[in-house]
This record gives sequence, C-alpha cells and structure tokens, in this order.
Amino acid sequence: MSALSLLPARRPVPGVFVALTLTLVIGWLVVLVDGGQLFNQSTTVSLLHVAAGLGLVAVGQTLVILGGSLDLSVAYVISLSTLVAAETMNGSDGALMPAIGLALAVSAAVGLLNGLLVTKFRVNAFIATLGVGLLLKGYLDSGYDGPAGTTSPTLVQTLGYQRIGPVPLSFLLLVAVTGAAWFALSRTRFGHHLVAVGGDPEVARLSGVRNDRVLVTAHVLCSLCAGLAGIYLASRLGSGAPRVGTEGLYDLESIAAVVIGGTALAGGRGGVIGTVGGVLLLASIDAIFNQLEVDAFFKQVIRGVIIIAAVAVYARRAMRKAA
Amino acid sequence: MQTVQPRSLPLRLPRVRPGGVLPILAILAVLLVLVAIRQPDFLAPSSLMSFLGRSAPIILLAAGQYFVIVSGEFDLSVGSLVTAQVVVAARLIDGDPARTWPVVLLLLAFGAVVGLVNGLITTRLRVPSFITTLGMFLILVGAVYLWSDGAPKGQLSEEFRRFGRRAVEDVPLLGRVPYALMVLVVLAVAAVLLMRSDFGRTLVAVGDNPRTAELSGVRVWRTRTIAFILSGLAAAVAAILLGGYSGVSFQAGAGLEFGAITAVVLGGVALGGGRGAVVGAMLGALTLELLFALMNFYGVSGALRSTVQGAIILLAVAVSATRSSSR
Repeated sequence: MSALSLLPARRPVPGVFVALTLTLVIGWLVVLVDGGQLFNQSTTVSLLHVAAGLGLVAVGQTLVILGGSLDLSVAYVISLSTLVAAETMNGSDGALMPAIGLALAVSAAVGLLNGLLVTKFRVNAFIATLGVGLLLKGYLDSGYDGPAGTTSPTLVQTLGYQRIGPVPLSFLLLVAVTGAAWFALSRTRFGHHLVAVGGDPEVARLSGVRNDRVLVTAHVLCSLCAGLAGIYLASRLGSGAPRVGTEGLYDLESIAAVVIGGTALAGGRGGVIGTVGGVLLLASIDAIFNQLEVDAFFKQVIRGVIIIAAVAVYARRAMRKAA
Repeated sequence: MQTVQPRSLPLRLPRVRPGGVLPILAILAVLLVLVAIRQPDFLAPSSLMSFLGRSAPIILLAAGQYFVIVSGEFDLSVGSLVTAQVVVAARLIDGDPARTWPVVLLLLAFGAVVGLVNGLITTRLRVPSFITTLGMFLILVGAVYLWSDGAPKGQLSEEFRRFGRRAVEDVPLLGRVPYALMVLVVLAVAAVLLMRSDFGRTLVAVGDNPRTAELSGVRVWRTRTIAFILSGLAAAVAAILLGGYSGVSFQAGAGLEFGAITAVVLGGVALGGGRGAVVGAMLGALTLELLFALMNFYGVSGALRSTVQGAIILLAVAVSATRSSSR
C-alpha cells in the first residue's frame, strides 16, 4: 500500500515543469519579437517576488489539500498577519522578533481553530475555513479602513528588498520552506500519515493513524505559511494592509497553484515541488504579460483558461493511466 | 442468471429526505421571534412582502446551487455570472425599452451556456468542479471588465428594472406583492416539482454515489451537466431581479457564490452531494437574509456582519454535524 501511495506522488512533478519551460521559452521568444527582453534583471526579480508571496501560501495549502482538507481562510490570515506584524513593530527594529513571533502565533491559532473545526466538530473544510475567514473579515473590516502600523526598517531592507544577484531573499525563504515541507512529507512519519489520511481516512484510521492530530497539524502549518507570507508582504509594503490577502486572491490562486502542480484536490496525491512549479508557472505568465503590456483584465481571462486547461491535462493523463 | 438478477431488481434510487428541513425551520422561527420583539412593524404584510421580494435573488441562487451541490459538485462561478449578466444587460439595453425582452432572453441563454460549459468541462474533461468554476469566475470577471473598459456602460430600461423593484400594489390582505416574489414563488414550486420528478431522484442518486448511479444506467455526466445549466439559469434570473433592484455595478454579484453555498449548507444539504432538500436550501437563504435584517435592527455595524455570519454558519453546521455523527 505504501508503494502505491508513494509512486504517483512523484509522477506529476515533471508535468508542470515541462509546461513551465515551454511557457518560458515561448514567452521569451514572443517578448523578443515584441522587442523586449524577458530575462532582464528587473523582470526576473519581480517574477521571483511574486512567486515568493504566492509560493509561501501555496506550499502551506499543499499540506492541507494533501490531507484531503482545504483552507479558504488564508487570504484573511495573510492580511491579519501583516497588521499584527506591522503594528507590533511600529517602525522600530527592537520589536522585530516579538512582532514576527506574535504574527506567527496568531496565524497558528487560526490554523488550530480551522483544524479543530474540521476534525473535532466535523465541519466540512470548505465551510469551516470559509466561516473562519468571515470571522476574520469582520474583524478586519470593522477595525481598519486602510494601512496601519509600520514595518521595521531592518525587515524591509532584508526580507523585503535584499537580494543575492537576481534572487531575492524572500525567494530563498520560499526555497527553504519548500525544502522543509518536502522533507516533512517524504521523510517523516507525519508526512506519510498525512498522505494516508488524504488518500483514505478510514483506512488510515484503521491502520493506527491518528487522523485528527495529523490534520490539525497540517492546518496549523498551513496557517503558519500564510502568516509567513503576511510578514513578507508587510516587509514589501512597509505597513500592515487589511485587504492585501483578498485583493491578491491568495485563497483561490494558492489552491489553483497547488492543483496545477499536480496535487489532487481530493487529497492523497501530490507534493510541494509540483506546487512551486505551479506558482512559478503562474508568476511567469504574469511576467510575460506584463512585458507585453497585455491588459490586466485580459490577463485574468487567460489565467482562468490556463488553470482549467492545466487540470484537464492532468485529468486526461490520469484517465489514460487508469484505462 | 447473474445478468437477470440486476434487471429484476427495480431501480432503487434514494428518496429526498425531508427530515433535513426541520433544523433550519427552527432557526428561522427563532429569528422571526427576535425580529418580532425588536421591530414588530417588520412583520406587517407589506413590509414582509417587500423583504421576501428583496430576498428572491439569493433564494433563487441557493436553489440553483442546490442542484449542483446535491449532485456532488460546486458552482463558484455564480457570483461573477450575476455581475457579468447585469453589466451586459445595461450595455445592450442602453436605456431602450424595446430591447428589454430580447435581452432578457439573451441573458437566460447566456446563463445556460455558462452552465453548460461548466458542466461539460467538469464531467467530460474530468476537471474538479471547484477548479472549473473558479476558472470560469476568473474568466467572467476578466471578460466583463475587458469588455466594458473598466467601468459599466449604458443603463437598464425601466421595463427591465420593473421585475426587481416594482410590485402589484393594493392587494387585499398582503398589501403589495413584488414581481420578484411572484417570480420566486413560481420558480420555487417548479424546483420542488423538479426534485420530486425522476430527474430529481436521479440527481440525488448521482450525488450520493455516482458509481452506483452509473451502473444502474444513469448517464451521470448528463445529469450533472443539467444541474450546472439549472444553476446558470438561476443566476440569470437572479441577475435580472438584482439588476432591477440595485442597479448596475461591478460589485452586483460579488460574494454571492459563497452566500449561496452557505445558504445551501445552512439548509441541511450535505456538501459532497446526495443529501438534503431544495426547500431546505431556499429556507437557508431566507434565514441568512433575515439574519442580516435582524442585525440591521440591532444596529450591528455593516463591517461586523461577516463576523456574525461566520459565527452562525460555524455554529449551525457544527451542531448539525455532531448531532448526525452521534446518531
């Protein structure tokens, strides 16, 4: 059984990277014909920045989706985290560490609530995280009209804008988080249990996995990732932003990136490497369209088509394999 | 013999259990009592009728969403579809009363086509409906902005707006009967009859266990696609009523998909399909609207609305989930 559940976990990974390579090559050619240059310093940097923000959320989202759950509250967690971080820092470097700690703690608490609702109260994950999202939305809407707090200058200079060559520090953070998540999924008991729970909760339970504990952990990790994304966004924006999560459509886009990356929405199959591929694909399309100065609304239409098409391709392959 | 046996068994499809409607009726009753205490005027026939008329769009959306959810899928595109419909209607009518009816027909066709596309992509290409309709959401929002260069153009004719904002006045006993309420009553009865027909039973069977349904000779893909078309049509009617009532804006349908899904779940319908009644879904929507009205009466600020909404949903669903699991 373990061989069965592990094998397909690796197979979908190359698919998204083939698509990514094709997109980049075609995009590069089209931009070249258009008289631009896709891979100059500033486009690459902004591409990686976009990928870092979405990527942090999507890696966390991968964990809950693998476990057969889902998190629609991430967008609000992100906004909340930017505010907690920026308001605690209040422009001084002294409060940097406590602020980061507090933002992550608040995020983890939201994840715990999500997890408990899904497991102990048996609320469908879609409704549970939507409800928790609404709770947070009410708090954000009633408490804040606009940006609040000031991010500490050190954080802005490091996580926000520092880079090594064309690679921003934030992207390295994404690489580190992805590496940790990959390790947790493929080399630890938690990871194997999570995939088992997502594949078939009943079988997992009968094999001695404590489903509830595994799922709650996944939800806490997912919210922590969203909180981390919030801290990163606060470092970019210089303040807390009460609507940055929802306006960036981080909830739906992160789920889209996970699914494009080959993780099954029903759980039990997939991995974080594919997710990062999905994130890079979405970010590259963004960068190419920006270079071509395509209308922002048209971009969104194309985005919708690509998300559906990518998943349709996976579904076709899965069907052929099954046949 | 083995081939004979399944044939001799009659096609047993599960019945739509009406039991799920009781909890939502209880919640509705409690809310009505609270309203009666705070604002007795609200229960006067004419204001109650107006309230029901105002609630018609979300109730219709909940009914449309019900068909999709009970068959085991999701439709996240309805909110954006409503927005697209309202904006398209305004631009095509452009104040010309003669264009009202052609545009109404066009909107219904548009809704049906969006539903058809959602359904075919979900069933034939096997894309999870969450992703299909999410993609459709992005496409519709992007397309409608693109088509109107970022700001709604044109305006609705008075004839078009009539459905959403006018009423038959001076009705004995009831005071006034909004057109929207009449549309709602007709369509609600149609929805209930539909769920009692063979199609309704088949729809629930498909949501309960698609494999079993398939093996009993049901064309699962066709049933689900029809459910998506019904949802698209419901969105079209909701858009016509909503555009009439509150006018044209890009925010016309924002968030309605989650509102409709919430209403359906509140009405005792199981996400994942196979359980719940369409009446429950519509009552769920009515309850949600009544809750918002109540919050207005108690002076809860608009911003806190979503917090209360979230808390109520979590509470209602958690209570029903723990009750059903202990049974």
